[in-house]
Parts: sequence; structure tokens; C-alpha cells
Amino acid sequence: MKKLILTTALLALTAGAASAQTIRLGTEGAYPPYNFINDAGEVDGFEREVGDKLCELAALTCEWVTTDWDGIIPNLQSGNYDVIIAGMNITAERAEVLAFTQNYIPPATSAYMALSADTDVMGGVVSAQTGTVQSAHVAASGATLVEFATPDETVAAVRNGEADAVFADKDYLVPILEQSGGQFAWAGEEVQIGDGVGMGLRKSDTELRDKFDAAIATMKADGSLNTLIVKWFGDKVATY
Amino acid sequence: MFSSCVDPSSLQGLNWLSCYLTTGKHIDFYWSFLTVLTLLVVTAPTALAFGFGGAMLARSPHLPLRILGKGYTAMVRGIPDIVFFLFFVIALDQSIEWLVHQVRCPDWTDPIRNGLEFRVCPQAKVPQNSSPQVWHSIYGFVLAVITFALVFGAFAANVLYGAMQAVPRAQLETAEAYGMNHGQVFRRVLVPQMWVYALPGLSNLWMILIKATPLLFLLGVQDIVYWARELGGAKTAVYAFPHPDWRLYYFLALLVFYLAMTKFSEVVLTRVQNRLSHGQATAAGEAQRKAAT
Repeated sequence: MKKLILTTALLALTAGAASAQTIRLGTEGAYPPYNFINDAGEVDGFEREVGDKLCELAALTCEWVTTDWDGIIPNLQSGNYDVIIAGMNITAERAEVLAFTQNYIPPATSAYMALSADTDVMGGVVSAQTGTVQSAHVAASGATLVEFATPDETVAAVRNGEADAVFADKDYLVPILEQSGGQFAWAGEEVQIGDGVGMGLRKSDTELRDKFDAAIATMKADGSLNTLIVKWFGDKVATY
Repeated sequence: MFSSCVDPSSLQGLNWLSCYLTTGKHIDFYWSFLTVLTLLVVTAPTALAFGFGGAMLARSPHLPLRILGKGYTAMVRGIPDIVFFLFFVIALDQSIEWLVHQVRCPDWTDPIRNGLEFRVCPQAKVPQNSSPQVWHSIYGFVLAVITFALVFGAFAANVLYGAMQAVPRAQLETAEAYGMNHGQVFRRVLVPQMWVYALPGLSNLWMILIKATPLLFLLGVQDIVYWARELGGAKTAVYAFPHPDWRLYYFLALLVFYLAMTKFSEVVLTRVQNRLSHGQATAAGEAQRKAAT
């Protein structure tokens, strides 16, 4: 009896299985200009526009979901959403657990930002976001790594003196540096990490991966991807 | 919200602030207070029910029931909350989907578990991929309530178990002497008298529960602490309302909220304590009796 009630409740909860499947896109929503939650409370940014366009090209209905960066891969694997589109760099380590599409942002540079240009980024304290290619790089560089859950906190750590420098994607740091009124400066050398930013999917989702892959190829070919890159990151960054 | 807010960059001073504080994002922030309060209101009685059940099982004369009750409290109390919140919720979510999968897709041949991946047929997703986001939020909230109730229920079970043991044996013996059976003694004498012993422990739990709500974000429910951090972080010009790091102010607002909640709870709990002590064979009950004469 109990099982019957439980099953009925579950069926009621899941009723209305639509024929067209909705694809749920998971993003972090805290990494402007890649993805962020705008003042209306909606996901916005470069990846929002790219993602919507790709769904249109692949004839899919898509919905946006935000999640914290820490749990972004486990949540994909347990099926809470179908695609990670969150400024995630393609690396060999991640490719072991995820299936990546081709990149939709060319391999970009990561940079150190500090309060003064002569900060020692190889020996001092450097902040980076947990579980990123940048935090792995800092850990290997000999500097003392302090990790934070959100990108914003990594910058705040430099501002309040907890860290000497922050190491992140340069495209994320550029607007912060430009609008800081001279508070921040670039330090150390710029570094190339990863194979560009791609969408991450479950390994078993090969069909969906191929659809997005083809859509990205279309956007690369007709130049619309370049237009969006220039719109959000400025005309000094690498394009296709 | 206001028509004057269309172009935020032209606004100054108070106008800017009033527009800023009524953006869609801030409205979400205000609603999240309600989410937290709802969670408290729903979880507290559920946890108490779990606790009552656990305490009754732990006192049961039958060994298997006793093991079940004691096992429940020992297991949950021994596992760090954060591990429980990460592990249990995923397990619960996956077992629900697995059950639905068995019902809906008996012909599915692909493996459900594939390494770390968990993949049921699309019809077995709870809630459906195509259902609006609000259902996903509600589902997450329900999972959160169950998890909170289970964790805090275990602590409550221990408190109630102790309270039941604390009721003076003489009271129960007297009831038995009047010819009441086991159930009657339990309902008429033991339960009414145990609350006064349980209250200090339960009020502690309530206070901890109030402060534990940021764990909600682990479950995908956006609570007040998440929003305070998100809204307070420094905003570049890509946002309509750029501002420096304002987390201090947002967290101060949360501080006021939590202090107000604590104060309010304390006032209510003191009143309940006074009421429960009335006519009891405890020091507080005795003091009340003396004051009245």
C-alpha cells in the first residue's frame, strides 16, 4: 500500500512528460563577462548569448540553471542538467570525466593581477578559484595558493591584503582592472593554459554533444561567434 | 520596477539606491527570506515528529525496534552535517529517479550507472527536464526539508529520549497504581511531563537550525546567504548598477535578521518554558507554586 502511494505521488510529480525534451544548461552565474546573473535576476553574458544561439541552431529547447562551481561536474553526472557552459577550459584531466565539444573561445591567456606591478607572483600568496586550471597552475608554480569558492572572492582577497595577487582568466580580470581606477596592475607573466573553453557533457550523451559540436562549427564558419566574442571581450582578444 | 529606473547610469543618490534596491535580483533576495522562514516552519515540526518516533523506538521493549531507533540517532549524529547533506540528497534524488525509471521505462537497456554518471531514461527524470524551473526549485526544497528533518530529527530523538528518562519514576508508578496500562501511562503522564525536560535541548536545536539554513545552497536552493554574497560582491560596469565590494553591508543586514530571529525565539521559548513548568515536580514548578501562595 505504502509503495502504491509512493509510486502514485511520484507519477503525479512527473506527470506531463512532454514529447520534446528540454535541454538544461548549467552555468555558474558569477563570472562576468562569461556568465553572470544580471540585475533582473536572469543569466546573462557571453555564454548566455552563445548558448541561446547554439540551441537555436541545433533546434533544441534550452533552459538555464545556475549552480556553484564546486559541484558543477558532480551535478552534471547525476543528471541535474545536461550541459556545462560555464567558461570551463578544456583540459586532459577534465576530459577523463566529461565529453567536451570543440572550443567556442580560443585558448585564452591567464594573468596575474596585483596591487602593484612588481609583486612577486612566484613566491608570494596567490588567490585562485577552487577547482580551476588556474588554481592547479598556482599550486605547481611554487607560490602559496589560497582558494575561494567564487571568482569575486579571489579578487576581494587581493583588495583586502589576504593575497598578494589573483590568478584568473585575463578576460575576467580586464574589466575589473580597467574600472579599478588604478588600484590594480598586471604582475608577472601571462600564461597560456588549456585548450580553450568548451561545453562539457556526460560521456554517454554523444548524440547531444555532436549536435552542439556541429552548431559551434556553424557559428565559427559564418563569423557570428567572432562577433559575439568581440562584443563581450573587446577587440583585443583572440578570435577564430 | 519604477519607470524612472530604465536608465540606471543617469541616476544619482537616493534615486539610484531606490532603483538598485528594487531590481529583480533584489526581489529574489527578499523572497529568499521567505524561503528560509518557510523551511524553518516546515522543518521544525517534521524534525520533532522524526525525533519523537526515534525516541519511542529507542525505548521500545522489542530489540529490533530498539536497534533501529538507536541506530538512527547514532548514525546521523556521528556523520558530519556537510557530508550528510552532500551524500544523502544525491542518494535520495537518485533512488527516486531509479524507482520512477523502473515503472516508466522497463524496456531501457542502457546501463543506469556508467562510471560516475547516473542516467535514467528521460521520462524518469524528477522533475521532468521540460517542467518550469519553479518545479525544480520546489523539488529541491522538498529534498532539503526531508534532509534537514532527518538530521535534526536524530538530535531531537536523543533529547526526547533523555527527557522521557528524566520524568520521575514515582509519577509513572502512581499512574500504574491507578490501573492505567502502558499506553495510557505514556500518553497521560509521561508525554505531558517530559516536555519541560526536553525544552532546553530542543531550544538549542532550534537555534542551530536557524543558523544552519545556509546549507540550503548545497542543495541548490538559493538562500539569503547566497544572495547576500552574490549581491554584495563587487560589480563591474557589465552590470546595470556597478558598485564596489558591499558584502559587509549585506552581511550586516543578515546579522540583524539572525539576531532578531534569535531574540524572538528566546522570548517565545521563555514563555513556553514558564507554561510547561506550571504544576511540575521540578525546581521551576516549585518556585512558581511558592510565588503563587
